[in-house]
Amino acid sequence: MIELQGVHKAFGENRVLRGVDLRVATGESLVVIGGSGTGKSVLLKCILGLERPDAGRILLDGEDVGRAEREAFLARFGMLFQGGALFDSLPVWQNVAFRLLRGPARRPKAEARAIAVEKLARVGLGPEVADLYPAQLSGGMQKRVGLARAIAAAPEIIFFDEPTTGLDPIMSGVINALIREIVTEMGATAVTITHDMSSVRAIADRVAMLHAGRVRWHGPVAEMDAAPDPYLQQFIHGRAEGPIPSVR
Amino acid sequence: MIRLLVATGRGTREMLAGIGAVARFAGLTVGHVFRPPFYGRELLQQLAAIGWQSLPVVGLTALFTGAALALQIHAGGARFNAEAVVPSIVAIGITRELGPVMAGLMIAARVGSSIAAEIGTMKVTEQIDALVTLSTDPVKYLAVPRVLAATLAVPALVAVGDAIGIMGGWLVGTSRLGFDAAVYIQNTADFLEAWDVLSGLVKGAVFGFLVALMGCWHGMRSARGAQGVGRATKAAVVSSAVLILAANYLLTEFFFRA
Repeated sequence: MIELQGVHKAFGENRVLRGVDLRVATGESLVVIGGSGTGKSVLLKCILGLERPDAGRILLDGEDVGRAEREAFLARFGMLFQGGALFDSLPVWQNVAFRLLRGPARRPKAEARAIAVEKLARVGLGPEVADLYPAQLSGGMQKRVGLARAIAAAPEIIFFDEPTTGLDPIMSGVINALIREIVTEMGATAVTITHDMSSVRAIADRVAMLHAGRVRWHGPVAEMDAAPDPYLQQFIHGRAEGPIPSVR
Repeated sequence: MIRLLVATGRGTREMLAGIGAVARFAGLTVGHVFRPPFYGRELLQQLAAIGWQSLPVVGLTALFTGAALALQIHAGGARFNAEAVVPSIVAIGITRELGPVMAGLMIAARVGSSIAAEIGTMKVTEQIDALVTLSTDPVKYLAVPRVLAATLAVPALVAVGDAIGIMGGWLVGTSRLGFDAAVYIQNTADFLEAWDVLSGLVKGAVFGFLVALMGCWHGMRSARGAQGVGRATKAAVVSSAVLILAANYLLTEFFFRA
C-alpha cells in the first residue's frame, strides 16, 4: 500500500502540494485528476524520490520511502512517462530491456532481447520494431514502447503519467485498454495521472481529484458522476463556469 | 548604495554556491569512476565520439596553427637575426602551449556543446528521470563515461595535434622560408625535451576533464524547452573555454616557473 501523509512541496514561492493525504491499496488502480499545474506529476515524482517533499511522509507498505534502500525500492516500480522518455541512442528492444541489461536484474543479452520482444508483442508491436530507434516511431508507438518498458521487469507498482496526451482518440482508447488489461493481469498497483476523462473511466478503480495542492475529492470511479462536489463536477464535465477559475 | 551592496552580496553568494555545486559534482563524478557498476560500452562509444571523431578538426587546427606560428616567428626573429630559431620555437610553442590549448578549445566547441545539448535534451524530455526509475544513476551512466573518455582522449588528440602542428611549421619552413628539410627536423629534435611534450599531454587531460565536466553539469541543470537546452549549451562552451585558459595559466605557472 502507498500512503501519503500531509505531503508539502514548493518550488520557490510556488506551493504546489499543500498537505496531500492519500492511500492507494495494493492491487488498486487509482487515477489522479486535476487541472494543469495542480501538482499531479510532482506527486508521482515525490513518491519515486525524484523530488523530495518539504514536509509530510510517504510510506510504501508502512516503510518511509525516504529511508528505503534505493535500488530495491525502485526495482518495485515501473513508470510510463508523458512523452515516453525513450532513450534516443538505444534501439527499441534495448529501451524495453534496459533494466534487464544492467544491475541486479541483469540477464544474458539474448534472454533480455527475447523478453523485450515478448513485452513489445504484449503492447501490440511486432518484432520488426525491436531494432528501430525511438525517433523512427510515431507518438502512439512510442507510448506503447514506453508501456512495454514499464512492465518489462514485472513491477509491483506502475505509474502512468498522462498516458494519452498527444494521441488521437482511437490510439488513446487502445492505450487505455492496454493499461487496464496489463494492470489487471499483472495484479499490479497502478497510479495514473491524467485530465483525459475517457482514461479515467477506462483505467480507474478509484479517483482522486487534486485542487489547490490538496486532495479535493476521493472515491470509487462509480461514485464520481453522482458526487456533489462542484469542483469535481466542473472538472469532469469540462465546464468553463464554476468554482475553478478559468482564463479566457 | 545599499541596493548595490545587496546585489553584489547576492551575486557573490550565488557565484560561491555555484562553484561549490560544481566542485561537489566533480567529486561525485570522480568518485564514481572507481565504483561499480562500470559502463564499458558507453565508455568505448564516448572514446570514439570524443577522440576519433575529433581528429579531423584538431588536426586541421594544429596544421594551420603550426604554419602560422612558423611565419610569425620567422618575421619576428628577422628583427634581431634569429630566423634560425623557427624550428625549435615552433616545436616548443606547439607542444607546451598552442597544441593543448587549441585542442582544448576545439573540443570545448565540438564536444562540450554536444554533451550539454544531448544531456540537456535528455533532461527536458524526462529521460534522466526515466534512468532513475530504471535504477540507474545518471551521473554514473552519463557523466562518468564522458568525463573519463575526454580525460583519456584529449591527451591523445594533443599528441597527434603536436605532430601535425610541427609538420605545419616544417611545411612552411621548407617551402616558404628556405629551411632545409632535414636540418629543420634535426633542429626540432635537438631542442625539444620530453617534458615539453609531456606537460602538454597533462594539460590535455585536464582540459578534457574540464570540458566534459562542464558539458555534463550544464546539461543536467538545463531548464525546460529548446531555450533551456540552448542556454545550457552556450554556458557549457563559454565556461569550458574560460576554465581551459585559466587552467592553462595555472598549469604553466606550476610546470615552468623558474
